[in-house]
Amino acid sequence: MTDNNIVLEAKGITKKFPGVLANDHVDFDLRKGEIHALLGENGAGKTTLVNVLYGLYHPDSGEVTVDGNQMQLNSSRDAIKHGIGMVHQHFMLIPVFTVTENIMLGAETDHRAAPNEMPLVKLDRKEVAQKVTNLSHQYGLDVDPLATVGDLPVGVQQRVEIVKALYRDAKILILDEPTAVLTPQEAEDLFRIMHELTDKGVSIIFITHKLKEVLAVADRITVMRGGRVVGTVAPTETNEAKLASMMVGREVILTVQKKPAQPAEEVLKVEDLHVRDVRGLETVSGVSFNVRAGEVLGIAGVQGNGQTELAEALTGLRHIESGHFTLAGKDLTGKPPRPITETGLAHIPEDRQRHGLVLSYTVADNLVLCDYYQPRFSRGVVIQQNQVDVNARKLIKEYDVRTPSPFVAAGKLSGGNQQKVIVARELSRPVKLVIASQPTRGLDVGSIEYIHKEIVIMRDRGVGVLLISAELDEIMSLSDRIAVMYRGQIVATVDAKKASREQLGLWMAGVHETA
Amino acid sequence: MDWRRFGIIALVIIILFSAVVLIGKSQNSPIVIITSMLATTIAVATPLTLGALCGIYCERAGVVNIGIEGMMLGAAFFGWLASIYMNTLFHFSLMPSVIVGVIVAVLTGGLFALLHAALSITFKVDQIISGTVINILAIGITGFLNRQMFFGSGSVFGGNVPSAPGVLPSIRIPLLADIPTFGRMFDQQPITIAALVLVFVTHYVMFYTRWGLRTRAVGEHPRAADTVGINVIRMRYANVLIGGCLAGLGGAYFTLQSVPSFQPLMTNGRGFIALAAMIFGNWSPIGAWLAALVFGAAQALQINLQFFRELIPPQLAFLQNAYVVGLAPYILTMLILTGIVGKTIPPAADGIPYEK
Repeated sequence: MTDNNIVLEAKGITKKFPGVLANDHVDFDLRKGEIHALLGENGAGKTTLVNVLYGLYHPDSGEVTVDGNQMQLNSSRDAIKHGIGMVHQHFMLIPVFTVTENIMLGAETDHRAAPNEMPLVKLDRKEVAQKVTNLSHQYGLDVDPLATVGDLPVGVQQRVEIVKALYRDAKILILDEPTAVLTPQEAEDLFRIMHELTDKGVSIIFITHKLKEVLAVADRITVMRGGRVVGTVAPTETNEAKLASMMVGREVILTVQKKPAQPAEEVLKVEDLHVRDVRGLETVSGVSFNVRAGEVLGIAGVQGNGQTELAEALTGLRHIESGHFTLAGKDLTGKPPRPITETGLAHIPEDRQRHGLVLSYTVADNLVLCDYYQPRFSRGVVIQQNQVDVNARKLIKEYDVRTPSPFVAAGKLSGGNQQKVIVARELSRPVKLVIASQPTRGLDVGSIEYIHKEIVIMRDRGVGVLLISAELDEIMSLSDRIAVMYRGQIVATVDAKKASREQLGLWMAGVHETA
Repeated sequence: MDWRRFGIIALVIIILFSAVVLIGKSQNSPIVIITSMLATTIAVATPLTLGALCGIYCERAGVVNIGIEGMMLGAAFFGWLASIYMNTLFHFSLMPSVIVGVIVAVLTGGLFALLHAALSITFKVDQIISGTVINILAIGITGFLNRQMFFGSGSVFGGNVPSAPGVLPSIRIPLLADIPTFGRMFDQQPITIAALVLVFVTHYVMFYTRWGLRTRAVGEHPRAADTVGINVIRMRYANVLIGGCLAGLGGAYFTLQSVPSFQPLMTNGRGFIALAAMIFGNWSPIGAWLAALVFGAAQALQINLQFFRELIPPQLAFLQNAYVVGLAPYILTMLILTGIVGKTIPPAADGIPYEK
């Protein structure tokens, strides 16, 4: 390469995993001081590629050059030595350590990954804390070096990760899905920091599957699909629709098509609900709202503000401390899940693998988990296997579940298809209310499109929908009314047509309008 | 170590001590009794302290070790055996024989730890099962060899157990040991003194050095440690081996410091009590040591009551039965672990094998 501006170049990277070609001759380059976005669906090979660049995976073939020098990346230690830093999607921070301890770990006496000699060298926490303070001033990253990481909000933890990389003199920063865990305001803040870093000569690889963000911050965009690079474009010469079709390989309808809602009678009424979480802390404190037939009520909020416990309480999975709720006019407070389900509740749980499916059961068995005991499927205590099979074949066809057969274990399917199995089971029953918690978390654009379409179909059929999601875009495009949850309370309820992203974001962050 | 825990420790020790003082006060002055109790407490807490330190090194690095009992038992036997070989077959005098014995005990502990490390770190065997393997193995090997070498016909020592060279002599700490009455506390045998020093060394290593920071990182979030270039597997191996050597030193206490003989199963659950002390001390060396002192005090009660057997009032006659009083440490373990232990927080990745 003659281009002096290129700081990192990967050529022909190929990485095979058993049964999958995760990276197929991938070429990638990064220029000094740019933000290069790596865009693609789950399983497109983005994370594999950056793990190769960071030395966590060894490629089967291909080479990586940094500043023109070809290098051997056998461990993250090598990558750190070459000035590559990475902020992982799941933070690599130790919650019980302080910020300083987390930053110095592995580089206790030296800026870069320190050698192993002198294991009993005394830690100089003061000196490192001072360096952390200097770095945070230099790059506008506000962190308290003495705070314990577990007590910090996610956005600040992310800043700690960035400082950790900068402390090791990182000139190339890899950010793996950094906005997945942030509120819109925190994400804005992150983008500001990213620009500040690039102004100071740091180059950034930014991995995401959110199209809006890419167009807003990236200097160049490389799209990956099925382990290959589809193309590299500048944000000025593309748009969301074009990027989406590059990612998926076909036309994708990004905006949810829906008619105006026809809200009818009330199906769910929640009054002054109080619920405690696993640790015994009250996480839902006095929540009241209602959902009418034929409308979608979206509950927005940053994860961990009581949404999980609210959904669990309404589905009979968690004890209700006080308050009550009625479904289709029936008071079901404190009832176990079965009567609630039988009254007409469909539940798409937040954690599809733990609460939505029995992963080791077949797809067919998973499809009758709610009503296997009913006369349709059982005679006395004996399950009518042929009826279960007929039911499975019908639903698999109807809901387009891609599975080799109805008798494969549900755990073998991809995330999108697992979610379709749950959707098929829940929505094929005669229901009055759907509770969908994070229904598209971790899914790719194609599956998201499908799930959204199903939710709108249910609404138009006159079913009430309670949508709980941390994705503001999802809430805004699907909901007819939006309620914002913050610290266990509903702080605001607005008509979706009148809601603005900024206002919702502020409510989610706990900021109330003062004017 | 929070104040609540510290309070419980102080309270239990005070109760145990006052029981002896009340019974024996007509024969000895309370000060003498208390000093004697303290000296005994510190001495008998030695294997518990070393066992707990073993647990701390292992578990802080993320490897559960319930094999401390077996490590100590094995070390007690082989350390003793080595001292007998040195003394009887090679005709070395007391000190070299016993010192070689201690070294062999430490290495035996390390060897058992190597087995535990290989099973639980490399082969990712369930760590509880691996620990149980160590315990059963130690009982089997020591019991078998003890019988074969000393009691079987045609055995190495021809059916008569040779007398062991003896035990480690006590060391008077200059100046401190000369204090009237209280001086007795500073007149201890070397393994006890080593255990005390190791408590503070471990505290320093764990919380003030690079080694400790990395060890704790590996036990809390091994992947995070891996991404900053720390070799998780190597750190775990090293810490389990260090722990095993400490347990080995704890084993040496039984046959080379306490009594110059070996009996099958002589560790008698001390390894498990050491684990309880580690948990009660919340995986911190000083906390674990203080907790070990509680159990030590319960044992000291049993030992010191023997001096005052005739003075035990008739309504407390059951205390004359050594077996009843001997139960105290075990009952304390149950009570502490089931009831008053409160909330302890083990290292987050404790017991979970690391998969890259």
